[in-house]
Amino acid sequence: MNAAFAWLFDPEHWSGPTGIPARILEHLGYTSLSVLFAAAIAVPLGAVIGHTGRGTFLVAGLSNGLRALPELGLLTLLVLLTYVGLLPVVISLVILAVPPILAGTYSGIRNVDRAVVDAAHGMGMRSSTVLLRVELPNALPLVLGGIRAATLQVIATATIAAYVSLGGLGRFVIDGNNAGPGSPDGYPQMAAGAIVVAVLALVVEGALALVERAVVSPGVRDAARAGRSARMRRRPTGDVVENPI
Amino acid sequence: MIEFRDVTKQYPDGTVAVDGLDLTVEDGKITVFVGPSGCGKTTSLRMINRMIDPTGGSILLDGKDIRESDPPLLRRGIGYVIQHAGLFPHRTVLDNVATVPLLTGAGKRAARARAAELLELVGLPQEVARRYPPQLSGGQQQRVGVARALAADPPVLLMDEPFSAVDPVVRDDLQQQLLRLQSELDKTIVFVTHDIDEAIKIGDRVAVFRVGGRLAQYDTPSALLAKPADDFVSSFVGRDRGYRALGFLTATGVPVAPVATVPAGGEVARAREALVDGWAVVVDEERRPLGWVSAETLSQMDGSVDAEQLVSGGSLFEVDSTAGTAGSLRNALDAALSSPAAVGIAVDGRGAVVGGVTAQTVLAALADARRSGEVPG
Repeated sequence: MNAAFAWLFDPEHWSGPTGIPARILEHLGYTSLSVLFAAAIAVPLGAVIGHTGRGTFLVAGLSNGLRALPELGLLTLLVLLTYVGLLPVVISLVILAVPPILAGTYSGIRNVDRAVVDAAHGMGMRSSTVLLRVELPNALPLVLGGIRAATLQVIATATIAAYVSLGGLGRFVIDGNNAGPGSPDGYPQMAAGAIVVAVLALVVEGALALVERAVVSPGVRDAARAGRSARMRRRPTGDVVENPI
Repeated sequence: MIEFRDVTKQYPDGTVAVDGLDLTVEDGKITVFVGPSGCGKTTSLRMINRMIDPTGGSILLDGKDIRESDPPLLRRGIGYVIQHAGLFPHRTVLDNVATVPLLTGAGKRAARARAAELLELVGLPQEVARRYPPQLSGGQQQRVGVARALAADPPVLLMDEPFSAVDPVVRDDLQQQLLRLQSELDKTIVFVTHDIDEAIKIGDRVAVFRVGGRLAQYDTPSALLAKPADDFVSSFVGRDRGYRALGFLTATGVPVAPVATVPAGGEVARAREALVDGWAVVVDEERRPLGWVSAETLSQMDGSVDAEQLVSGGSLFEVDSTAGTAGSLRNALDAALSSPAAVGIAVDGRGAVVGGVTAQTVLAALADARRSGEVPG
């Protein structure tokens, strides 16, 4: 372990295109690209399914099905099917990130108090306005929760990029493994890489928590805190809106 | 004016929620739909703003079939208040109230100014405007709900069990406030409740629904109490409907007799002399009643009449009302029956004691009213 920290704090490993900062940037690049694509797919899909109640089976099916796929196997398959490069890596990470975002968005929309949605329709909002101005802002904590979960998984898994000769923090793990047991660039490098991944995950988690504080309405935060018990007491009205134009 | 013409709502599974409803809601009045659960009262209400469409018949709003209107546009012209208020948790109270003006194209500043006016109208303090709904009590939320429904000044207001989720004291407040607002605003209000007392208290006209979505009776509250159309209505209206009907007769005809009063803090010996039939009302400096004393309670006080040791009084009823809040015969009778001295205390508009009534004098006044034809039936 001391060898790992010695490797980690060696100034030589903190500069240049193969240094730790450069690898962190690459790693964050793969992560943000994948999470952005995943969110662009999963948030609208989850929102529409939650809003209309149509296609609910897709949520459960997609989440469970995609989660069951082994990432490394999937990446290998994609590389064989396409080419060695960024695309197969991003695709397999997107597939990893979609389920938590989809599930979070869907349940966020579904969990908005039915009385609130009923009132929104009853006051004359159009269906799209209800979704964008009422349901999504109130679903935001769960949507962001899904994105946070997805981001953490992607940060941990993006190490596989190195497996197909790309960069990222996985480089240290793979290279360490190849260097062999006796080498100072062997296990110490692998352990150092793993530590950097773990610290990066914690830092990003903290940053996303700050983002959440900044964008979620204080009323929704209060409601989430006070509402869990209230929602148990409050029976869903089961009211039907027949003209959600 | 809202007209239901042979309106039926049948669900695909065969359940009939509303069955051949013919009913006209008059302008500027509060019309209450009341009935047990499953009677179709809420469905009928929600058909007015097309939250639900009927499967048969038609509904006319000011002579125009509502099916010709685009539902969102129709709804912006109809205020809508629901049971749990349904306020938007992510928006401040002020922005909640400004919702419909903003939807109808008002500028942000104008909509907020209007919202602030309405919060004042429903009796909420200024500082509430910047809070978020989850920070308010149930009663306050319901007031905001009413303000939000009134913001675009719609001629029609639909209220679906708006006060049934708050405690009885707050509910009473909200009911009084609604009546006060209505006396200023003259809206056409359709109000759904399962509580017949609430229906009778606030309705100008009451429609009683029976299970299966049929209208059992549509009448004024006093007529409903005096002449229920059938056994269902009479059982729904309740056992003591004769007593409750007294609530519609003002107590102006009841003679108020002088009542013995003693000042709080006065001498016990003096108070003892003042007792009439063994009792006297203890009053403060402004002659507001504090409670009763009897010879027995006086014997436990030393020196002066102690306001802490009184026998608590019954309900009060108000006479001499320039404010138009004259008590009813029901208030008068209840005051007499709930008083430890069997004398109901009558107070004026400022709450000062003006005299007392007994149950006998109230009943005599009722008999007079009957003879002169003031009492229906």
